[in-house]
Amino acid sequence: MICTPARPYLAIFAARFLMMLQYRAAAVAGIVTQFWFGAIMVMALSVFYMGGRGSASITRAEAITYIWLGQAFLGLLPWNVDPEIVLLMRTGNVAYERLRPINTYFYWLVRAMAWRTAATLMRSIPLLIVTSVLFEYVGLGDWSLRPPPSLEALALFVLSMVAVVFLSSAITTLLNISVVWTISEQGINIFTNSLVIILSGMAIPLPLFPDWVHPVLLVQPLAGLVDIPYRIYFANFSGAKALGAIALQVFWTAALIVLGRLLMARTMRRVQIQGG
Amino acid sequence: MRGCPRTQSLTVTTDGAIVRALLTARAMPQIAVQDLSKTYRVAERRRGLLGAARGLFSRPHRHIDALRSVSFSLEEGELVGVIGPNGAGKSTLIKILCGILEPSSGYCEVDGLVPWNERILHVARIGVVFGQRTQLWWDLPVIDSFELLRDIYRVPEAKFRPTAEALIYLLKIGQLLHQPVRQLSLGQRMRCDIAAAMLHSPSILFLDEPTIGLDANSKLALRNFIKSLNRDRGVTVILATHDMHDIEALAERVLIIGNGQILRDGPIAEMRAQTSGERRLIVDFAEDVGDVMMEGTTILRRTGRRIEFAFDPRVTAAHTLIARLTTEHGIEDLSIEEPTIEELIAKFYTTHGAVEA
Repeated sequence: MICTPARPYLAIFAARFLMMLQYRAAAVAGIVTQFWFGAIMVMALSVFYMGGRGSASITRAEAITYIWLGQAFLGLLPWNVDPEIVLLMRTGNVAYERLRPINTYFYWLVRAMAWRTAATLMRSIPLLIVTSVLFEYVGLGDWSLRPPPSLEALALFVLSMVAVVFLSSAITTLLNISVVWTISEQGINIFTNSLVIILSGMAIPLPLFPDWVHPVLLVQPLAGLVDIPYRIYFANFSGAKALGAIALQVFWTAALIVLGRLLMARTMRRVQIQGG
Repeated sequence: MRGCPRTQSLTVTTDGAIVRALLTARAMPQIAVQDLSKTYRVAERRRGLLGAARGLFSRPHRHIDALRSVSFSLEEGELVGVIGPNGAGKSTLIKILCGILEPSSGYCEVDGLVPWNERILHVARIGVVFGQRTQLWWDLPVIDSFELLRDIYRVPEAKFRPTAEALIYLLKIGQLLHQPVRQLSLGQRMRCDIAAAMLHSPSILFLDEPTIGLDANSKLALRNFIKSLNRDRGVTVILATHDMHDIEALAERVLIIGNGQILRDGPIAEMRAQTSGERRLIVDFAEDVGDVMMEGTTILRRTGRRIEFAFDPRVTAAHTLIARLTTEHGIEDLSIEEPTIEELIAKFYTTHGAVEA
């Protein structure tokens, strides 16, 4: 393992991941926020399900599970630029990034993966435990996160979540590359924030959108962040359909990585280093 | 890593080939720079609110020539100083040689590689320190940064350990290894930064203002270290600085850059001899004297009873001047000084119009 081509990238991942684990207070604050948001969304959805006529394409219990999974894995959503990259641009320290004998695109991709997964790991575990086990125990079973219906669904879900990590990091890296041009992250953050939250299914589960937009919503890349894995979780997608959905995630990830590498190469040829 | 391909080819070839390999190694400079130019395109902002509004639609662009047709070559094991006023193009030159920037035109080869085309191969063989930045991870202990660099440069542990230990000893940073970088003083940080740049045993070291902001002791320690790297380990060093003492202490050869061009390339001593033979005679008179006019001198400054004369020793010998002064006036003290290297360089910049606009 010591001499594999992956050695630098593994080391960078490990360093960033461990560094991120220091931010425990932020994680606690995040957990509290996500309980709050999750509870409000669950209540709102329950009201809709009580008053709604006709049939939705997922049940109320499934929708609630969808919401809690979304809150647990909120950290994986690529809605903002990595502040570390912004700092590199502002200070001109990006020069040192280019002095490392490694591919800068994959350097940044790995760094984004560590950043997203470390933040998510600390938040998701307590949230998953409380909403599934504890809710049941204190009599909130109606509002709880249900277990997946089968082992097969669970296995496919895990596979799909791995794809989420790559897809999310590829999108994050694209956002990061945009900062090389703009130097400021604010514009891009505001723009992507709403786009990602709506089109991934984080704001309203995608199956609850009107039927006629479903085909469009499903094939766009952001569905692969939330909608696809969670529907696989409660077997709304199963078997061949689930595998097809995962293939779609992989396709978008590959496409975005190719795009990112092209943009990175173009960008770095034109980069000018700030300040001396 | 140093000279790796060459040594390898030597071990497997016959005697004739060795001679040829040695000859080609001799003939090829380690760094060859030919007609290198770099032009930056800078968008300008117009003044005021109206200007900002117009700027939304079109922005005037200005072209800045950071380097204009720069050529030089460097042999393995040289220690060359690069000086020049702010904005002269020093950093641009170094960044191009490092492979970070691509020039607008021209060619350059470092150890047989074109830096910006074969960046990954190239940067594995060089070490770089930018004095104004750090390559260490701000929140990590120094040793963690070192180990991260070891993995990034794929240095085998068996090679890394002795290298790191030697660097830690020479730079006296053993006490600092477990502190986060943000807690280090500038001098401590710079020593760690230099060690970080040498962990993968590069054959060329680029230093961009390594002594900026350091106290006298740190500067001396750093200079000694750089000198020993160059002398004992044969590392080629390119040192860009504003500190003329760095240059005097280290560099045998100096490139003076101004307005993006090489104004002079040669030994520092030669430059000193050519630029100015001027000397100064500083005299403290025993009593108030009026205008002391002496042939062959000009008065530079007058403070109380002290007068500073400038003279050219090739025209008027110092002892003649002193003899004349002592016979005509009562004198408390006198001394003769050479202009400082800073003054020489400043004068050089001004005469070449190489002062930042």
